[in-house]
This record gives sequence, structure tokens and C-alpha cells, in this order.
Amino acid sequence: MNAPLQAASPVIEVRSADKVFANGVRGLAPIELRIEPGEFVTLIGPSGCGKSTLLKLIANLIEPTSGTVKWWGGDFSRVGAADRRLAFVFQDPTLMPWAKVDANVRLPLDFAGVGRAEASARVAAALDQVGLGEAAGRYPRQLSGGMRMRISIARALVTEPDLLLMDEPFGALDEFTRDRLDEDLVRLSSGRGLTNVFVTHSIYEAVFLSSRIVIMAANPGRVFGEFPVDAPYPRDAAFRGSEAFAALCRSLSGRLADASRAGGAA
Amino acid sequence: MRRLIRHPWFWRIAAPILVGALILCVWEGACRFWHVPAYLFPRPTQIWRALIVGWPVLLTALGSTLRVTLMAFAAAVVLGALIAFLFVQSRVIELSLLPYVVLLQVTPIVAVAPLIIILVKDTQASLTLCATVIAIFPIISNTTIGLRSVDPGLAAYFRMNKAGRWTTLWRLRIPGALPFFLAGLRISSGLALVGAVVAEFVAGAGGRGAGLAYEILQASYQLDIPRMFAALGLITVTGLMLFALMSALQQALLGHWHESAMREER
Repeated sequence: MNAPLQAASPVIEVRSADKVFANGVRGLAPIELRIEPGEFVTLIGPSGCGKSTLLKLIANLIEPTSGTVKWWGGDFSRVGAADRRLAFVFQDPTLMPWAKVDANVRLPLDFAGVGRAEASARVAAALDQVGLGEAAGRYPRQLSGGMRMRISIARALVTEPDLLLMDEPFGALDEFTRDRLDEDLVRLSSGRGLTNVFVTHSIYEAVFLSSRIVIMAANPGRVFGEFPVDAPYPRDAAFRGSEAFAALCRSLSGRLADASRAGGAA
Repeated sequence: MRRLIRHPWFWRIAAPILVGALILCVWEGACRFWHVPAYLFPRPTQIWRALIVGWPVLLTALGSTLRVTLMAFAAAVVLGALIAFLFVQSRVIELSLLPYVVLLQVTPIVAVAPLIIILVKDTQASLTLCATVIAIFPIISNTTIGLRSVDPGLAAYFRMNKAGRWTTLWRLRIPGALPFFLAGLRISSGLALVGAVVAEFVAGAGGRGAGLAYEILQASYQLDIPRMFAALGLITVTGLMLFALMSALQQALLGHWHESAMREER
């Protein structure tokens, strides 16, 4: 971890950035958000609160109508350097159905022009990390939804990112699978000083994963408030059963109800 | 024996053969019982004899038809794929050229064939041209649809990773279009044969052909009905072989990952 270098500037700094879509709809009111290295920040809120839009701003998939987003204290061209890598995990696994699992995970390394031998070693390591080392030679079709999502995460991890952005990655999975993937995600990201920005609908998922939760409200999409999760990492299934966890979920639930009212939602 | 019957290939091969044999037996028996003369409707054994007797000539004719079919098929595949690539490059190109491709498709080849045969001096070339005109349409339309139907999530992933135009074409668009292209191939191979035979009929009337259609015409002038059936049978077998070949290709290229070629899971 490059703590001395990064301590000065936040990984992400959103300064009064807003978004008005081409059809005139105001997706985001001006947003202020700072994300420090090693944080696990979750964006949560009712539908239409702009959490995915905010994540896309951070991923530079869309540009703000006004205001700025800074990556490691500079513009987006800084991203991609040795200690400033970014990876994005979509709602769907978005794997190539015609390619075997290992070829899918290797794809970002092929884009980056990483040599064959090094790429193979890194792919094998990434697959081991998500517990699917044996699936390398199989096709995505042959795997379950949860396994495909793991492959998608391995494809993000193989680039050794410093910032991992995830847009409701486990939304389509059943609750047991989601819980297990959440546990894996905590284990994988806390060991390497990775910074995470995660979008979800689920209160339990947000509390389990995050060091800080950003609560958003709709009409227009905006940051309603922040909710720190003061529980030590690493967290495991035991944390989910604890009294502290239940208390955090209760109070987050209350704050979300306020946010929902503020946004005029039903 | 029991194991043999249970084997799936037994039913795929043995059952159709059994039905065929039954039909031949009934045909043979009925013709013998009612003393149907060969010039009205020949028996299978008479057709077989005609095939053996006329074999050297029929084989040459088969070779000629097959050559035209394969050359037209190859031309249709190469030209069709190129035109499809051209179409997906820009909407303007597609919109301005598509009406002419459709024009080619809706004009009956029988009506155009005499013109082509008069205009193109070389018989072989004119026959090939006729067959190509028929065979090219499914390749163009299927490949165009295939190249366009890229998974939007994967396309976004390629864009995010700044993959170039060629990388995207080679690693995303072409593999994604393959199932559509192969379906087009299967239709087109049959149409190439139809086109070759139709063109031979038209050319054969002018006494320039030497293919199987020409043999059918000659046999009909001489009321040699068993020989007509023999030539017809050869055309049918050729068509079946082409279809089987294309199916095998489809199975080999898509069997692992695409729904169209997956065997039923039990």
C-alpha cells in the first residue's frame, strides 16, 4: 500500500457535480463527496435517487453537467497509472459466452498488453481468490449465477485495482449467495488497501460491507446524509448475527425512511 | 441389444433409415403389384439400375453441379460477409444500399437467369453468378443482424477499457455474430445448390450446360424416367450432405456456448 503518497489527496473528490440528462431531467443535484484511500463507501437510497448516476460519474462513464470530479487529486487521465487503477463491476456479469472462464478473466490484461506467462499466472491467482480455480476451463454457461458474478469480480481483481466500483453486483442473486459473496468481498478488499464504492438497495448488505454509507434521496437525486459504520474489519458471518449489526441496520433503516420521505417517494 | 437401443445415436440414425427402407419396400411392392410401367413411375430397383448404368455420365454431371454450387457458395459467403461488415460501419451506407440487396432477393432468379446467361459468355461463370445471387442474401442479412446484436454490457466494458475498433471487432463483434452467420450459412448452402440447378435448367435449354439439371432435361426428352429419378436423387443427396456439413460446422464452433447448438441437458 502506498499510504504515504496517497494520504495527502483523496481517491475521489466530487465537487458540486450535478447531472442534467439530455431530456432535461435533473438526475443529480450538486454533490459533494470525498472518498479516502482504503474506505468502503456504499451508496444507498430509493430508486431514482441517482446512486448509479453518481457511480457512473466516478467511473467517468458519464460527465457532470457542471462541477468537477477528481481522481487522486487530478483529472481522469491520472487513472491507469501504476498505483491508480480502477475497475468496474456491472449489475450483470457481462462475460463473453464464447470464451472460457480463464480467457474472460484475462481480457483486461490482453487490453493492457500484459505478456502471456504473467497474464496466466495472474488469472490463476485471481480465480483462486474468488474460489473458482477449478472453473478455469469451463464456459460461463456451465456456471451458476453466483459463480458467474465471482468470475466478473475476478476479472476486476486481476488488474490489481486501487479503486473498485460496483453497481448492484449481487442484486440478481439469492440471499444466501449474496451473503457469501459479501463475505468474500470484505475478505478480498480489506487485505490489500483497496478503496471500494458500492451501490446497493439492501440495508443489510450496506451495513455488512461498508465503513461509511452515503444515504441518497430522490427528486432530484442528492446526498441526504452519511452513516458511519463503526465496526472493525475483517467482518464475517458472525458479525451479521451480532447485536451491533442489528442495531446498525435498525438505525440505517430509520434514516432511509427519512430520506424516502424527503424524496417524496411512496 | 438393449444398450444399443437406448443409445441416442441409434434413434437419430436407425429410425430415419428404417422409415426410408419401409417406404422403398412399399414403393417397390406397389409398382410390381399394379404393373406400373417404368415410363410412368419407375420402381426403386429400376432407378438404381439407371444410376449404375449411367454412372460415368451422371458423376461428371454431379461434379459440374457441385463445382458451380461450391464456387457460388464461397463467393456468397465472402461477398456477403464483406457487405455485412460494410453495412455495420455506418447507417448511411446500410440505408442507401439495402434496397438494392432486397431488390436482388425479390427478383425471381428464373426470370433473371436467361439474361445473365446471355450477358456472361463463360457458362461456368454465368451459372455461378446466378447461384451466388440467390445464396448471398441470407449471409448478408444474418451477418448484419449478428454484428449489430452485441451485448450492450460487454460493449460498455470494451469501451471502458479503451479497446480499439479492431480489438472490438475481432474479440466482441465477430464472435457475437458467429451464431447468426452460421445460421445464414446453413440456409445459403442449400440456396446455392438450388441456384446452380435452376441456372442449369435455363442454360441447359440452350444446350450449354452439363450439370445434373441438364441430365434431367435430357432424360425427360427421351422419356428415360428412371434416369430422371437417379439424377434427382443425386441432387437431393448433395443437398443433404451440404446441410449436414454446415450443421457439423455449427456444432463444432458453437456447441460449447450457444443455445442453438447445445445438446439437451438431461
